[in-house]
Parts: sequence; C-alpha cells; structure tokens
Amino acid sequence: MKREIPLFITAVVGILMILSFFVPHQAVSVPADFLQQCAIIVVAFGYVLGGANVLKLNADAISKRQSGWIYKIVLVVSLIATVVFGLMDGEGFLNPGKTSKWIYDQLYSPMQATMFSLLAFYIASAAFRAFRIRTVEAGLLAVAALIVMLGRVPLGALATGWMPPAIQLPTIQDWIMEWPQNAAKRAILIGAALGVMATGLRVILGIERSYLSGED
Amino acid sequence: MTRLGLRVFARLAVLLATLATLTGLAAVTSAQTPDDSLDVTAPPAANLGPAAPGPPLGLTWKDVPNDAGRALELDWKPSPDDEPGRPVVDRYYLERSLAPAGPWRIVDSTVAGTTTRVDRTVQRNIDYFYRVTAAGPGGLTPALSVTGPCRASSQWVNETRWSALVFTVLFFGFVLYFIHSAQSGQMPFVRRIPGIDAIEEAIGRATEMGRSVLYVPGILDIDDIQTVAGLVILENVARLTAKYQTPITVPVTYPIPFTIAEEMVKSGYLHAGRPEAYDPNSVRFVSPEQFAYTAAVGGIMLREKPAAHIFMGAFYAESLLLAETGFSTGAIQVAGTANVHQLPFFVVACDYTLIGEELYAASAYLSKEPKLVGGLKGADLMKIVIIAAVLVGCVLETMGINGFTRWMQTQ
Amino acid sequence: MPHWMERLDRRWIFLVMGLLVLLPLLFPLALPLVVSPRVQGFHDTVAKIPDGSTVLMSCDYDPGAIPELVPMTQTALRQLFDKNCKVVVTCLWNGGPGLVDNVVRSIAAEKGKQDGVDFVDLGFKEGREAVMVVMGQGIANAFPRDYQGKDTRSLPIMKTVRDYSSFPLLVSISAGYPGTKEWVQQVQARFHITMVAGVTAVSAPEYYPYLQSGQLQGLLGGMAGAAEYEKVRNEKGSATRGMDAQSMAHVFVAFCILAGNWVQWSKRKKEKA
Repeated sequence: MKREIPLFITAVVGILMILSFFVPHQAVSVPADFLQQCAIIVVAFGYVLGGANVLKLNADAISKRQSGWIYKIVLVVSLIATVVFGLMDGEGFLNPGKTSKWIYDQLYSPMQATMFSLLAFYIASAAFRAFRIRTVEAGLLAVAALIVMLGRVPLGALATGWMPPAIQLPTIQDWIMEWPQNAAKRAILIGAALGVMATGLRVILGIERSYLSGED
Repeated sequence: MTRLGLRVFARLAVLLATLATLTGLAAVTSAQTPDDSLDVTAPPAANLGPAAPGPPLGLTWKDVPNDAGRALELDWKPSPDDEPGRPVVDRYYLERSLAPAGPWRIVDSTVAGTTTRVDRTVQRNIDYFYRVTAAGPGGLTPALSVTGPCRASSQWVNETRWSALVFTVLFFGFVLYFIHSAQSGQMPFVRRIPGIDAIEEAIGRATEMGRSVLYVPGILDIDDIQTVAGLVILENVARLTAKYQTPITVPVTYPIPFTIAEEMVKSGYLHAGRPEAYDPNSVRFVSPEQFAYTAAVGGIMLREKPAAHIFMGAFYAESLLLAETGFSTGAIQVAGTANVHQLPFFVVACDYTLIGEELYAASAYLSKEPKLVGGLKGADLMKIVIIAAVLVGCVLETMGINGFTRWMQTQ
Repeated sequence: MPHWMERLDRRWIFLVMGLLVLLPLLFPLALPLVVSPRVQGFHDTVAKIPDGSTVLMSCDYDPGAIPELVPMTQTALRQLFDKNCKVVVTCLWNGGPGLVDNVVRSIAAEKGKQDGVDFVDLGFKEGREAVMVVMGQGIANAFPRDYQGKDTRSLPIMKTVRDYSSFPLLVSISAGYPGTKEWVQQVQARFHITMVAGVTAVSAPEYYPYLQSGQLQGLLGGMAGAAEYEKVRNEKGSATRGMDAQSMAHVFVAFCILAGNWVQWSKRKKEKA
C-alpha cells in the first residue's frame, strides 16, 4: 500500500494533466486547473519543510561539534534572524525602511551579485587551461567561439568595419547564431524533449518507481 | 491493530481524504462562476459639443472553439464616424443580457478602431444577448445592433492539437512496445556512451586514492525531469560506491529531492549487499538558493577534496563555478545536463560530459534494466519519425503544399 | 616558450581580467555600437502597441543578473511610460521581488507615474509554470494582493485587467528558469499574445528558434542587447557604459584560448624534439 497508493495517484494525476492539453471540456479542464492551483500551495509548503530540515541538520552538526560547526552557527543565526525580522516587519516586509529590506539590499543582493561575477574570472582561467584544440571538431569550435565572442562586442565591429558588410565579424557572428547554432540547438532540444517525455511516461505509468523508496 | 497497520491506515486515510477533497472542490469550482465582469462605467451623455457618434452595426457572434464553453467572440462593423484622426468615437461598449429586451449590463469595452472582442465571462449552455454601442465626446449612441441568443458550448477535443496527439500516442506506443519487447528477452543494442563508462572509472580512481565521491544531482526541484534522472543515476552510483566501499557525499538543494536522494543512496547500499555501510550524513540538504548552494559545494570540494565529482541534473550559472573549483582540486569530473546553454562550460571544464538526452539514457545504460533500455529504443524510433516528418514537410513546402505544415501547427 | 607560462598561477589571469573590466569603467572608451535586427524588433514591437495600453511585464531574475537585465528593464519601462502605457509587473523568482520593485519604482518616479494607477508591482508568487496558468484564469486570482499588500482588485489599473486578453503585449525579462521559455510555452502558445523578451547572454541562443517561428517578436541578449536597446532609444545607461569593459573581457578570453593552445602546442613540440 505504501507504494501502490502514491503510484496510483501519480498515474491518475499525470494522465489527467496530459489529457487536459488535448481535452478542453470542463470535465477535464476544471480539475486540471484546480490541481495547478494546488501545486502552488504544495510547493510553498516545501519551503517550510526545507527550513525545518536545515535547522535540524545544522543543529545536529553543532551539537556534535562536526567540522565547520562555527559556520553552521552563523547559518542558523542568520536563518532565524531573517525569519524573525520578516515576521516582525509583517506585510510589506520588503518596503523601504524595513529591516528585511536592509538585509536584502545590503547582504543578500551584493553576495548574490558577487558570486555571479566570479564567472568572468573562471571563464578566462577555463579558456586558458582547458580549451584545447586537439581535433578538427575542437578547432571548428574554437574558431566559432572566437568569431562569436568578438562579433558580439563593439570592438569586433570596429576591427572589421572597413571590410565589406558580408564578412564583418558581427555579420558572420549573426549568421553562425542564426543558422548552424540554431539547427544544432533544435536537434538537442528535440532529443532532450523526447527524453523528458519517455522519463515522464515511465514515472506516470509506474515503470520508473525508484524515486519512491528506492526498492523495486 | 499493530503499529504498522495504524501507520498504513493513517496514510491511507490521508490520501483518500485528499482525493475526495480534490474531487469535491473540483465539482464546487466548476459550479461556481465568480462574477468577474469588468468594472466599466459608461460616460455620461454630453450636453454640449460634438454630436454622438453613429452606431456600430452588423453585430455577430460565434462560440470560441476548443474551450470549456467559457468564451464567445463578438464581431461588429465599426461606427461610420470611427475614422483615424476624427475624435468622434472613443470607445465601444459591449453589453450583455439574458433577455432580448434587457436589462443590459456592460461587460467589456474596447478602444475605437477595434471591431472584435471575446467575452470570457460567460457560463456554458446559457443563452445571452449582446449589443454594442459607441461612445465619444458627444455622448453615447443608442445600440441598434443586437444579436442572440448566443450560447457557449464546450468541446471534447482541441481540434488544433491533433498532430500533437498523434505524435504523442505514436511515441507512447513505441516506448511501451519496446519496453514489452525488452522484457520478453529482445534487448536492443545501446551504443557505448563514454561519459557513463567514465563514472565507474571515476569511482575506481577515488577508491584507489582513498578519497570520497561527490555527487551533485542538479539544482532544481523534483518537478524537473532532469532532477528525477539525476536521482535515478544516483542509485546506480551509490551501488558502485557501496561495492567499492568508497564514501559518497550528496549535497541537495530542495527538501523533496533530499528525501529521495536519501532513499536512493540507501537503496544503492542495500542492492550492493552492504546496508550497514550506509552513512545517513552522506546526503546533505544545503539550500535552494543557487549561489549559496554553489558556495557550499565549493567548500566541500576544497575542504574534503573528493577525488571524483559527478554532476548529473539541471544546472545553470553555477556550472562553471563548480567545474572550475572542482578542477583546482585535481578531481576527475563527469557531468551531464540537458540545459544546452551550460553544456559548453561542462565540455570545457570536465573530463567527460553527457549531452542532453544522454542524461536520460544514463539510468537505462547503467542499470541495463529491460524496461529502461526499451524506452530508449522507443525514443530513438520517434526521432526517426520526426526526421522523416521534417524532410517530408520541407519537400511539401518547397512544392507549395502547405497542408502538412498547417496540420503540424498547434495552438 | 617561457616555462612560467606552463605553470602560470590562475590568479594572474584573474588579476588581468579584473583590471581589464575595471579600467574601462573608470576611463570609458565609448566604442560604437551596432544595433542588431533582434533588438530593433524588440523596440519596434513595443513602439507599435497603442498608446495607453496596459502591458504585462514579468521580471524573472535576481541580483545575479543585475548588470545584464536591470538596464534593459529600465529602458523598456521608460519606453512604455513614454507611451503612457500602464505596466503590470510580476516576478517569479523568489530572490527577485525586492530588486524588481526598486527598479520599477525608480523609473516610475523618474517619469512621474503613480503606483496603482499607472503601474502595479504584483510581487512574487511561488509555483513557476502553475502561476502562469492560473494567471490565465484571472490575473487577480493569481495575485489577490500586490507587492505592498494592497487588494489588487481595488486598484484603478486592475479595473480593466482580467486575464491575458487584457494585454496587447507581454514583456519577459528573465535570467533562466522559470522565465521566457516557460512564458512562450504556457502563455504565448496558448493565448497568442504578442511577446518580446530580454534574457542573459548565455541563454539567448536558446530563444533563437522562437524568434524564427515568430513566437517572439524581439530579443535582447545580455548586456550587449541592453546597450543596443539604449542606443535605439538614444539613452546612455549602465549597459552602454559596461560594453567597453565587456569588449576588453571578450578580447582577453579570446587571447587566453589562443595562448593556452600555444602553450600546449609548444610543450608538445618540445617533447617530440
């Protein structure tokens, strides 16, 4: 029963949602729309579950003095403080002047932007270290990468502006992005979509059930 | 009743209650029709100034097809005074009634120049009457054009999606046929995928070096199929790490994949015959926040120095950060994702990469289970059908025959 | 070929990259921009909608995408407000609503627009594609309260907004998932609303098929797209200023590719000899 009921629910709901794409009748579309609204609520409750999980795991690690336990104290204190301030600020907690807004503007936003900006440095080091032209295909990839990178920025247009328009870097870059890149991307997307459908079908029909409890 | 029985009964009761609630609420929702007509007010008639505009005529209606009977399309001929540059007509007001003589209620309005409107506030199988009036600085014109009875009805099939239905049924048929065929003993051939073979090599390397394996199942929640695929592969990887007695670390972003990952690792150890070696702390819930998760995983890489990194699932901007940090520790790295915009970073920074659907094929490849391998063959056959459709479509379009392309377009 | 290049500490690469990005920001080069058809399409599609219309703009990003997406959000809002369009703003990323609200209000204040009358920020709603589908049943159903907690149905701007049919245009500014692809799949394909998008540079190639099929009428790709859009609008915003730095960064990465291969090639030649 422990496995059969979830499988049954998965099958019923999955088939209903697939049907709702083809059957506009209210017998199918109304329950499907209702389930979509339920999904929003269920996902939101996931955050409650996640928060409780974070607290439990980190409190456990702190009490056992596992390695890095001091950082876990910082995590737990930050989590509790953010929630408490948010509750105290109430509705409109991210309005100007609120503590939660300060936390967002002065802590969260800069840290997020800083992590993202690391990419610029890592791209350069990866390009130097790992982008090796060992085969013809890798050579083609390198040439395309150079053309697209330089063609996307004003320097590329400036450097080749004196050439006929058809062979300027931005033009070639546009052509590469519009045609060969698009064709290859479509092929990968179609293949991946078929993979998604096959995996989804296996989950809906209960053929793929290892996600339930890991036992066959 | 035993404790187990009580637990099962409780869960069954909760599930049944949930189903009943869903069905009941769906019925209630379908019966309720909130009054969501727009709050539009007609302007008062002007006493001085220009004359009221001429009335719009020729109001007709039709049921909007392929819906659940909640929309009617109204079309009319514009007011003779509705011309660009002439400020005689401002708006048209669409009014509705349940009887030809009224009372009338404004349900919508539209700017001058438009001659069609869809009323999405109707209830199905109820007769309505409509009229349209024009308004401007000179006032409101009396409505001369009334149409009705108009009735919205629901359809059982969306006629614009036949092609999608045909291809979906075909695809499902292929997959189910080949699953059945594989389970009967006719295992289809699956080409060698170097990236998947490299997983066992990576785990072996970690074992030799006496270090652990880091497995990252992507950063999205369980509703993304890539996460499901990543977690299924995790079970096979856990089986291998259990067999080689190599520790495994699995940092996870969301709570639901976290609980599933725990089950997968436990199951892997069980299937390897080493359930006692399972470490409950091997699976760690980190954070749903992208870069907080990235920082945490980077920290694991730099502090614990796993010898093998396996990235299988959905990744975004953090892919290069993870791969480059991982490289700096000297680990062997195998990655797989269907997010095409991250593939270049993995290809450059990792030793092996699974591209697109190879991620979905990996679980079949590793487990060699007939039902999974059969599904692969079904997907491959569908690709051939799609290629054929593309070629046929190109030839027909070149010859000026558009029927096939029109049939393939869905709405 | 110098031995030191074989053992180059990557922190030198980081340092050079940092300087090449910082210096052009301090000492602008004012490199000329060329406007691409995709960006022109974005601008022209926005320009074509009737003045005074109500437009839906979904800003699905968080602070990580500030340099690329905030400038294009600002320019798009300016263009819409200049046409006296009303803007309904949503955000489907949980890390984004504070940032998006800041951006919307700053441009609204610049243009003298009033909250609740000329624009409304509906804030964030969890649910991803489910939210998009529920909005199709009624915008106010999905967002009963706006970002500041006011009842959505009581706002003047929402009096004429029911569902997607109330909008002649959907502007999607997105950094990933959920974002433009989901808006195209769930909304544009079902409701046939005119749609334009602004996305990060790394994900822009993913949306070219939608441009070709006509589901998107225009596309801004990354900071370059934002800078071109500013040029079309004759504005000199942060994207235009950032393009100098991006140009130097791209040239440096190209140099790294070539230098890395030269190092490898020289090493192999030495080993053979």
